[in-house]
Amino acid sequence: MNMIQALNSALDTMLTRDPDVLVFGQDVGYFGGVFRVTDKLQQRHGLERCFDAPISEGGIIATAIGMGAYGLRPVAEIQFADYILPAFDQLVSEAARLRYRSNAEFWAPITVRSPYGGGIFGGQTHSQSPEAIFAHITGLKTVIPSTPYDAKGLLIAAIEDDDPVIFLEPKRLYNGPFDGRHDQAVASWAGHPSAEVPEGHYTVPLGKAAVVRAGNEATILAYGTMVHVARAGIEDSGVDAELIDLRSIVPLDIDTIVASVKKTGRCVILHEASRFGGFGGELSALVQERCFYHLEAPIERVAGWDTPYPHAFEWDYFPGPARVAAALRRVMADVTVMDL
Amino acid sequence: MTKPAIPGADAIALSLHIPEPTARPGDVADFSHLRLDAAGTTRRPDISADEADMRELPYGLVRVLDDNGEALGPWNPQLAPEVLRKGLRAMVQTRLFEDRLFRAHRQGKTSFFMKSTGEEAIGVAQSLALAPDDMCFPTYRVQGWLIARGYPIVDMINQIYSNARDPLKGRQLPILYSARDYGFYSLSGNVGSRFGHAVGWAMASAYKGGHRIALGYIGEGTTAEGDFHEALTFAAVYRAPVVLVVTNNQWAISSFSGIAGAESTTFAAKAIGYGLPGLRVDGNDFLAVWAATLWAAERARTNRGATLIEFVTYRASGHSTSDDPTKYRPADEAAHWPLGDPIERLKQHLILIGEWTEERHAQMEAELSEILRDAQREAEAVGTLGTSKPDVAEMFEGVFKQPDWRVIEQRGELGIQS
Repeated sequence: MNMIQALNSALDTMLTRDPDVLVFGQDVGYFGGVFRVTDKLQQRHGLERCFDAPISEGGIIATAIGMGAYGLRPVAEIQFADYILPAFDQLVSEAARLRYRSNAEFWAPITVRSPYGGGIFGGQTHSQSPEAIFAHITGLKTVIPSTPYDAKGLLIAAIEDDDPVIFLEPKRLYNGPFDGRHDQAVASWAGHPSAEVPEGHYTVPLGKAAVVRAGNEATILAYGTMVHVARAGIEDSGVDAELIDLRSIVPLDIDTIVASVKKTGRCVILHEASRFGGFGGELSALVQERCFYHLEAPIERVAGWDTPYPHAFEWDYFPGPARVAAALRRVMADVTVMDL
Repeated sequence: MTKPAIPGADAIALSLHIPEPTARPGDVADFSHLRLDAAGTTRRPDISADEADMRELPYGLVRVLDDNGEALGPWNPQLAPEVLRKGLRAMVQTRLFEDRLFRAHRQGKTSFFMKSTGEEAIGVAQSLALAPDDMCFPTYRVQGWLIARGYPIVDMINQIYSNARDPLKGRQLPILYSARDYGFYSLSGNVGSRFGHAVGWAMASAYKGGHRIALGYIGEGTTAEGDFHEALTFAAVYRAPVVLVVTNNQWAISSFSGIAGAESTTFAAKAIGYGLPGLRVDGNDFLAVWAATLWAAERARTNRGATLIEFVTYRASGHSTSDDPTKYRPADEAAHWPLGDPIERLKQHLILIGEWTEERHAQMEAELSEILRDAQREAEAVGTLGTSKPDVAEMFEGVFKQPDWRVIEQRGELGIQS
């Protein structure tokens, strides 16, 4: 399965399994979603289980919270993560805090799916990576898969979770892995080991990172599309780096991160969002706090530039393997007092 | 040869309109701009009527009680005297409760408080008119809902004092209650943000084939928020079984209702654009509030969808304990409010029909004062703000269903054992 099919399978599985699950959002019903993630779900499960919503992100999330408070497990789609901001107050002030402020009288077991990230020439309004702003909000979970297998297992886990989950889908990976080499033929998930997606129900637990490549010389922390870019960067660099796919940034698998960095002594953090104030800053601080005496070199961050996402300069903006490889070589270089 | 005409070259200069209320401090209060139909004159359509056939209602005013306390017209809900007395008692109790807690704030026993003075009929009548398992998505000023349903007064005070027995464990601002068993959803300080939750909850009830309906509240100032329009859109599109209420108390802190659009239309009339029935109702008339609520609830319960009700009322007190309304409106404006006081009007009606007396009223007030005093003493024995609080471990509970490592580590930093 490609990632779209895996996500569709997760929704299909949960709609079949749990009558309290329903799916709604702009264009998700009859049409099956602009990326086809909800394809045929309405035909299979009926109008009431999968339906279209007005172009009203705030309304979609408010409605989902009300449904969740009643006892349903709604899965709401925001068509592009760039459009999540009109719903931001509902996510931050309502979904994230409902359990806390009501002493668990009410809570919002909602899943908000949204395609995010660049690499499809979407310009400023179809390319952003807003994960850091959600990670900062206490009470929200933020999940980002990088493979079809994980996408299905993590989405089912998100739907079954009793807390509100922001589920960001790397749309550049919908149809195939992407290692950042945009000048090469588009890859397909066909034949990729992680495209072996079981039918039926299984979960990938939230908050458990995957070590996708073992290594001894440096650790790369990545998620979403950047997991694949990191792999390419490691190949280019010749460095024996350990690659960790965080899978979810909240909850964060701090134990796997710390164990790896303590082993390798070097850390490169990679994400697609702008660098300043990005989630890489939090990761860097955590690694510094917990692994300082094991570090052999300063922590490196590779990220999108601090500009709006530019249409014509997409590949200049997008962190590619060359930048990853350069960062790996920098952390491997001997560091002397003079260099500092 | 003539010059070509420049469109607009001879037009008058444009000017910006900034709405201003009819009276400011020092002026004589003036409500002459309000359209206030006489009691009993507004027609009551059958609940099965089409929205298209009742579009005059948002511009009228549903009233039952006239100025003498007589119940008139087709909206008279014909309530039994014991129901009227129950409503009166809850309204009086709400007012006495709020006066007492307002003083407690001035004595430094809590940080913040809000009164619903003048608006008690809304929360109380709706609380009693709806079913126990319906769900209210409240605004600040409907604590009468809880009092009418017998929520323990001492628990309300404990919440306001944020003391060791605060049912919300010290996590919420005073008066932002949550009481699921009393059909009262958790309040948030972001005004209007629960309006859409009411719609979603009602949609879930319909999805599950249940019978429960939702009631959502928003203030007239907050109708300017996107939440209001989003909720109305969803309610209309999916025909959600929900009663959506605008409490138009004339003031949003210091901004009068004109700043929210009241100069141009009524708040009830906003329903028309969504294809929903809109009712404009005397919010200081217990019987009118009850009747309108029941009418809208019956429509919701019979799959006829949502209704928007504007309750025309007046916020007789300040916005909160942090507000001094004499700075922006005539000090005696409340006394000139043409729809009177909801408690006085229901009392007058009960006396008129021979079901109440001034003596019984005074006796009831004395009895309720004693109950409130005892509850306040009980709460203060536990403690007031700063003298008592829940276990600090509560600060870390309920962030997520299960605490993650951040919460576990950080409570450890405060010396709290897991």
